[in-house]
Amino acid sequence: MNNATVIIATGGANLSSLKFALGRLGVNACITENPQKIKNANHVILPGVGSASDAMGRLSKAGLVDTIRSLTQPVLGICLGLQLLFTHSDENNASCLGIIPGRAARFLENPDLPVPQMGWNSLTGLKDIPLLEGVKDGDYAYFIHSYALPVDEYTCASAVYGFPFSAVIQYKNFLATQFHPERSSHIGSLILKNFLNS
Amino acid sequence: MGDIIELASRYRDEGADELVFYDITASPDGRTVDRSWVNKVASVLDIPFCVAGGIRNLSDAEIILNLGADKISVNTPALERPGLINELAKRFGTQCVVVGIDSTSEQNNYIVYQYTGNPNLSRSSKRNTKSWVKEVQERGAGEIVLNCMNQDGVKNGYDLSQLNDIRKICQVPLIASGGAGSMDHFNEVFSYARVDGALAATVFHTSQIGIPELKQYLLKMGIPIRPPAS
Repeated sequence: MNNATVIIATGGANLSSLKFALGRLGVNACITENPQKIKNANHVILPGVGSASDAMGRLSKAGLVDTIRSLTQPVLGICLGLQLLFTHSDENNASCLGIIPGRAARFLENPDLPVPQMGWNSLTGLKDIPLLEGVKDGDYAYFIHSYALPVDEYTCASAVYGFPFSAVIQYKNFLATQFHPERSSHIGSLILKNFLNS
Repeated sequence: MGDIIELASRYRDEGADELVFYDITASPDGRTVDRSWVNKVASVLDIPFCVAGGIRNLSDAEIILNLGADKISVNTPALERPGLINELAKRFGTQCVVVGIDSTSEQNNYIVYQYTGNPNLSRSSKRNTKSWVKEVQERGAGEIVLNCMNQDGVKNGYDLSQLNDIRKICQVPLIASGGAGSMDHFNEVFSYARVDGALAATVFHTSQIGIPELKQYLLKMGIPIRPPAS
């Protein structure tokens, strides 16, 4: 059970709030950049703060790009971790992991909508997937981001900030939330619990 | 310590959207404070929280963020050395960097105050609030908490005209502070000053206003906010 749940160390990112959130669900997650530990885990979480190009640089330096692409167990990308799963990010024109086709674009500057979006926003257009069991249309989650993925066939919940964007995605065993479940009160906790049960 | 955790847990359960922990005595004393409580707070909170007070350099900020805080807020140290904002934003990202501004309204002008944690040291920084608001955004502030001192502690409502003036030049999230005394004051500040958040201490600490009741009231008034936990 030692490697049951791992958080991929993306370097510099503050992971204590995520580790505490899992701890409140009774899971002692290990933070690692060891490819073997990640491959052997039952559940893998890919967090991320900072820029897409920096995060990709760190993953590549740690030899994790192919490791992550080849994972077959449930994987949860969080915030930048969601964007990294896609082909490309407009942020410094970064090539990402390329697991899911798509491109992260920056929010448009608008006097009424500060970028980054930083705060609570409601979820809409929820699909019936196990990760969202118990979550309702209109429930709020906590977002901090300047880039987002447009709504597409992999979108399982969206939110609106100037335009609609992907808040939750699922592609095969890869799940991801653009918001921070570890900072989204009981809704976030429910989503993390659903992920750990997947 | 026990009190902080107890209070943080209470506000978490009542449906607060974010918590700010102020050590307002930190700057005037020039002291370093024990930050171990931040980690304890992080372990019980499932909502974002910010730590303010005595953050003078990257290392102060790094300690607090590593202990689990989501944001750090700087006030007097940024007035003493504005480059601190650039350094913090570059290192940790603008989303982590909150700039707190204590401002008074004087003869059709808004003036920034510093060392406000200590009544004996509190004084005008000679800076104009509008130009400081513009400057901190250029330097990388991701959020501004504007504490309107004329209103602070008097419970007569937020300073709507000042907040409205600052809103026009503030492209990052703007949080209103100072003056909350009734539920209606929260409705006013969201409706007329279009702020992104409203901060209050006394009315919540004393339970004069309950967060669930306040949120129900604001929803009824048509303010889009996260509903209280059911």
